[in-house]
Order: sequence, then C-alpha cells, then structure tokens
Amino acid sequence: MAGDRLLQTMSILVLTLSLVALTALLYDIWSDGWSRLDWAFLTSMPSRRASSAGIYPAILGSLYVLLVTATFALPLGIGAAVYLEEYGGGGRIARLIEINIANLAGVPSIIYGLLGLGIFVRAFGWGPSILSGGATLGLLALPVVILSTREALRTVPMSAREGSYALGATKWQTIWHQVLPSALPGILTGLILAMSRAIGETAPLITIGALAYIDFTPSGVMSPFTVLPIQVYNWVSKPQVAFAENAAAGIIVLLVLLLSMNAVAIVLRDRFHKARV
Amino acid sequence: MTLGTRRKVEWLIERALFACAAGSVLVTAGIIGVLVFETYEFFREVPIRGFLFGTVWTPLFYDAQFGVLPLVSGTILVSLIAMLVAMPTGLLSAIYLSEYAPSRVRRVVKPVLEVLAGVPTVVFGYFALLFVTPLLQRVFPDLALFNALSPGLVMGIMILPLVSSLSEDALHAVPNGLREGAYALGATKMQAALRVVVPAALSGISASFILAMSRAIGETMIVAIAAGQQPRLTANPMNSVETMTAYIVQVSMGDTPAGSIAFRTIFAVGMLLFLMTFALNLVSDWLRRRFREQYS
Repeated sequence: MAGDRLLQTMSILVLTLSLVALTALLYDIWSDGWSRLDWAFLTSMPSRRASSAGIYPAILGSLYVLLVTATFALPLGIGAAVYLEEYGGGGRIARLIEINIANLAGVPSIIYGLLGLGIFVRAFGWGPSILSGGATLGLLALPVVILSTREALRTVPMSAREGSYALGATKWQTIWHQVLPSALPGILTGLILAMSRAIGETAPLITIGALAYIDFTPSGVMSPFTVLPIQVYNWVSKPQVAFAENAAAGIIVLLVLLLSMNAVAIVLRDRFHKARV
Repeated sequence: MTLGTRRKVEWLIERALFACAAGSVLVTAGIIGVLVFETYEFFREVPIRGFLFGTVWTPLFYDAQFGVLPLVSGTILVSLIAMLVAMPTGLLSAIYLSEYAPSRVRRVVKPVLEVLAGVPTVVFGYFALLFVTPLLQRVFPDLALFNALSPGLVMGIMILPLVSSLSEDALHAVPNGLREGAYALGATKMQAALRVVVPAALSGISASFILAMSRAIGETMIVAIAAGQQPRLTANPMNSVETMTAYIVQVSMGDTPAGSIAFRTIFAVGMLLFLMTFALNLVSDWLRRRFREQYS
C-alpha cells in the first residue's frame, strides 16, 4: 500500500515536472520576446541592427515552402494510402511498400536534407530554392500523411462500401463518393498535423542550403529563401542579448502559427462530425 | 461512359494510385543512392579505417583529418543523457497512465504530452541554451556555455512523450487476465504492475526505449544550438562537444564549395548516422513484433 502511494506520488511528480518544463519554456520565451513583438517586427526585413530587424521574409518563406510541401505530399500521400488500404489487399508488393513506409518514418529529418541536396538542389538543378525546400519537406511529410490517411480510411465501415457496390457502383466510384467523403475529417486532421510538423522543421532546410539572411521577398518558387525556424536559429547563434530577444519573438510567431493550424484542424473535425450526425 | 471505357478508367486509376505507393520506395532508393554515391567518392580520397577509427576530426582545417570518433562520441554522450532522463520518467508516467490514472487525469496529461511532442526542436534549442544552461551554471560554475549536459537534459524532455506513449501502449496490450491472476494471489496494485505487467510488456517497453534512442541520435537543432561545434573525444558532459548532426548543420551554414572533400564529409557522416538509426529502428521493430506475437 505504501509502495502504491510512493509509485503514484513519483509518477505525479514526473508528470508535474514535464508540465513545469513546458510552462517554463513558454514563460521564458514569452518574457524574452514579448516586448520585441510589434507590427514593425512582423513587416520588416532582417537587419544587422537587432532593434530594427524583422521577420517578414521568413514568414513569407515559411508559407511558400508549406504550400509546395502540401502540393507534393498531399496527392502522393493520399494516393498511396488509398492504394494500400483499398487495393493493396495484403499482397507481397503492398507489404514491401508498407515496411518501406514504416522505415521512412524513422529516418532522421536531416537525412532528408541530404537527399534534397543531392537530388533536388544538385541533380535536378533547382538550387537552394523554395521548390527544393518544399519538395524535401514533402518527402519528409509523406510517411505521416500516408499513415494518418490510412487510419482515417480504416474508420469507414465496410457496410458503406458494400452498400455502394450493391447499387452497382465501381470500385473507384465507391471510393470517390463514399469512402473519401466520410474519411475526410480524419484525413484533414492528419494533413494539418503533418503540415504543422513541417513548418517547424529546420535541419533539412539548412542542409539544402536555405539562407539565413534574406533581405528581399521571395519572387517565386525558384527564389532563394529563409523560413521562421532558420531565422530563429540564426538569431539564437548570435552572442548579443538583443538578438536573443528577436529569436524569442520569432518563436512566438512560429508557435502562434502552429497553434492556429491546430485550431483549424480541430474546428474542421468538429464541423464534419456535426454534419454527419 | 460505356462499360469498356469505364473499365479502362478504373484500371488507369488503380495504376496511378499504385504509382503513388511505389513512389515511397523511390524515396528510400533516393536516400540510399545519394548517400552511397557521395560516400563512395569520399572514401576514394580518405581511407575507411582512418574515418571509422580516427580520433581527430578537423576536415575544415588546412591540415585536414577525418577521424569520425569525436562526432560519434559526442552524439552518444548527448543521447545517453537524454535517455537517462527519458527512460525512467517515460516509463513511470506510462505505468501511472496505464495502471493508476483516473480518466480525468488522463484527459489533462495526454494533451500536455502531445503539445510537448509538437514543439519545434529549434524552440527546445533556444530553451536549452538560454534558460537551462544559465540555470545549470548556477549549480555547476565550471559548466561551459556550450556543453553536452543541457541539450541532453532538454532532449530527454523532448523524447519523454514518445517513450511514455509507446510504453503505455505496450502496458495497455497486456491482457487483463494477468493482472487479475496477480490480484487473486494477493498482490497489491503496485506488485501487479511492477512484477507482472511491466515484465510482461518488457519487449514492448524496450522497443520504445530503442526507438527513442534512435530519435535522440538523429535530433539536430537542440545540439546544433546548445552543444557547440568542437568535435572532442570526451565523456565529460560539462564540455562542449559536436554531434554528427550538428556537424552537418555547421558545414551547411558555411560556404564549403560543393564537390570538395570537406563537402563530401557531410554525406559520409550522414551515411553513418543513417546506418546507426536504421539498425536501432530494426531492433525496435523486431522487439515490437515479438511482443505483439506474444499476446495475439
């Protein structure tokens, strides 16, 4: 009995500690960065003077890269998931692909950066551009998109498919008109989760050669770029305190972006749930 | 649409979807292809023995030496510190969540752990360098500004949710009959948990530990920010070290010309990193499969 209490107390202590760590992290960043956060910071170019430096190109860069990432990862990921869940049927090739995807999910993100550097930046000649960065993160997000989409497809009851077949629908008609619509909220939630992970990625983009100092707005997908986390990294690695404040303010922007994406995911999911019930 | 074209369309769609799935195999092929090609070029100029067993890593100096051991030791040192934090706390929180916690507590704790898992690593790096290191320096005055200890501790916090949720899954999968049997023999809740449920889930728990180790070895931004850039063969966590991932970042941030030998080092280091994490993932997967077979 005493042991029970000890075990429980220790566990609660551990969980409280992780809660404290999270709170300390958020509080530390808030108190460092809050005073730097204003309209000028959001709309200015970076600068060698910490007090006039802004984060505008990094915000744009992050959004552009995310757009390219989604363009790569969504169709490929959903297509692969539909094949494995609805067509693959446990064949030998399907199993091989499944093992492969599970392995890809465990590859460190910086290795994807080396892949992007070797293939997109050099072999394809895209250079350290938004296109290269987005494609690299697209491949990185692929396993997450596939796994979450498959999970969503699995929640659709077999009877929905059988009913559709009974009415004479073909396989694809069944998938397109029955399975995908009812799995949509789950798929969307997974997608947004994958994208919110991609927006915080730093290492692969540094590896493909994204620049830390960009004082112009990106002009298109072939433009050099920076993203929020790289800008934050750049500021953190400077010794002056003023740049650390910029980094904290940049982190707040990044976290707000992340939180709003997650909020959108939750709202979407709830709306679809209501629509279906 | 006639029946014939309908059939053709169906066939085309199936092929297209198959191509998407097969595309994931191309990604793996691409990773291995790039790493093997550049590593091969690297080893044409640097002997493989000198790389694997050399103890001096100065590829960017005029007198370049390519002994990777300092980077490996730095990586393992930081990862071990992280594991020392994440293993006991993760397992404890898993035992609590699976065996004790009322659902009210679970509803609070699980989202907190999820938020912790979703924080970008660059944020943890900031936290390690500018919050944890100054805090630790008050306790250990001779702690260097860049050191292995602080990023190790913070990385432990980062992988805690992973250990906790995977271990909890493993504990959860243990059939209730085992717990009931233990109670029937007069065991208390703790005796049942620690002497029956945890041993029964051991391979699942080990799988989560090994996967966490693999994650720690591949983690980049925390160490790139807070551990420093001095490749050094040391077991002293007070010192500045450089990990394999931090080295790749260091070279990528600099202006090393593509195609040079210094540039190729990042692929050789990447290859080693890939092989290490791949081996750990395989072991973890094998353990998990063995665990699943036990209870199904």
